[in-house]
Amino acid sequence: MTVTKLISASALVLIGALAHAGEKDTLTVEGQAMTTRVAAQAHTPNLDEVFSGWIFRTDETQALQMDDFENPGFVFVDKGIDLYAKADGSEGKSCASCHENVEDFAGLRASMPRVEDGEVVTMENMVNDCRTERMGAEAWKWSSSDMTAITALIGLQSRGMPVNVKFDGDAAAQWEKGKELYYTRVGQLDMSCSNCHEDNYGNMIRADHLSQGQTNGFPTYRLKNAKLNSIHGRFKGCMKNIRATPYKEGGEEFKALELYLASRGNGLTVETPSVRN
Amino acid sequence: MAKGVKPRVKVPKTAAAGDTITIKTLISHKMESGQRKDKDGNKIPRSIINRFTCDFNGQSVIDVTLEPAISTNPYFKFDAVVPETGEFKFTWYDDDGSVYETAKKIAVG
Repeated sequence: MTVTKLISASALVLIGALAHAGEKDTLTVEGQAMTTRVAAQAHTPNLDEVFSGWIFRTDETQALQMDDFENPGFVFVDKGIDLYAKADGSEGKSCASCHENVEDFAGLRASMPRVEDGEVVTMENMVNDCRTERMGAEAWKWSSSDMTAITALIGLQSRGMPVNVKFDGDAAAQWEKGKELYYTRVGQLDMSCSNCHEDNYGNMIRADHLSQGQTNGFPTYRLKNAKLNSIHGRFKGCMKNIRATPYKEGGEEFKALELYLASRGNGLTVETPSVRN
Repeated sequence: MAKGVKPRVKVPKTAAAGDTITIKTLISHKMESGQRKDKDGNKIPRSIINRFTCDFNGQSVIDVTLEPAISTNPYFKFDAVVPETGEFKFTWYDDDGSVYETAKKIAVG
């Protein structure tokens, strides 16, 4: 066995992985160009390049996201539009009572989650704060269909804008916590997020094509369960797959992880609501 | 009337005479098959869209019978030839007697 042989063998594997990644595909949604690949940044030293999850999907799934009529996520966005105008709670207010135009939320999703007073604040937190404090309504469950419909509608307003999550300064402590979780092996299979989504993106894990686990398209419509999926719901699925006990949706761990993951996707455009398998 | 039913249709706004155009339709509907049971073991009654039709200026383009095995939010994509300016009329018939209608105009020139 010579060194050259070894090198050529690993080069072959690499080429195979990249060919799988469909990295030449370009995403336009309703005529608007999206950024699905950006150069790795200083805080993502282990990625060669940052890829949107869209890159890793089959041609058929990719096509679903390029047309808003074909995108099944829009059935739920429509539901979000109705919910937005519907009064709820003791104050008799709807979202629209305070936030008249949903378009005003343009840019919000691209900057979320953010850190306020040392706590990570996500879209779900903001929605539920409004519900409990201003509307006098009950908080929605984290991954409920009402919640994902509203977060999809609000996220849609930022579609096409580059993700730009702040992770230094006040946010640094939570970001470090998220990073720690990302690289910590857990569960019976003793795996960390990085084992699949950093070391092996582009490769197959049985029938699944591993992506980098970017969050820029959430809430995302998944063909496997025919509904919108929240970021924390997806985390739970990953943790079950590695036979770990999932953390709580909306808990400190997942929120810190969400912040860290979002920062890894800085520069990708918001694709909400994306279509994945 | 079933909850959360909303028809959506996509038809090109213009076409040349004799052109074949593609029409896409989707109606959000739970399409309860009537085969399932709730947690107490009682049958959940069937509630589906059982018929879908599309007319162009009163002439039938497509008439579909839907069966319980058709999944939630039924989607149809079909081609039609447009001879003249007119209106496509879409109608969905619910098991509960509700009828959902929508129409789209197309200009031929």
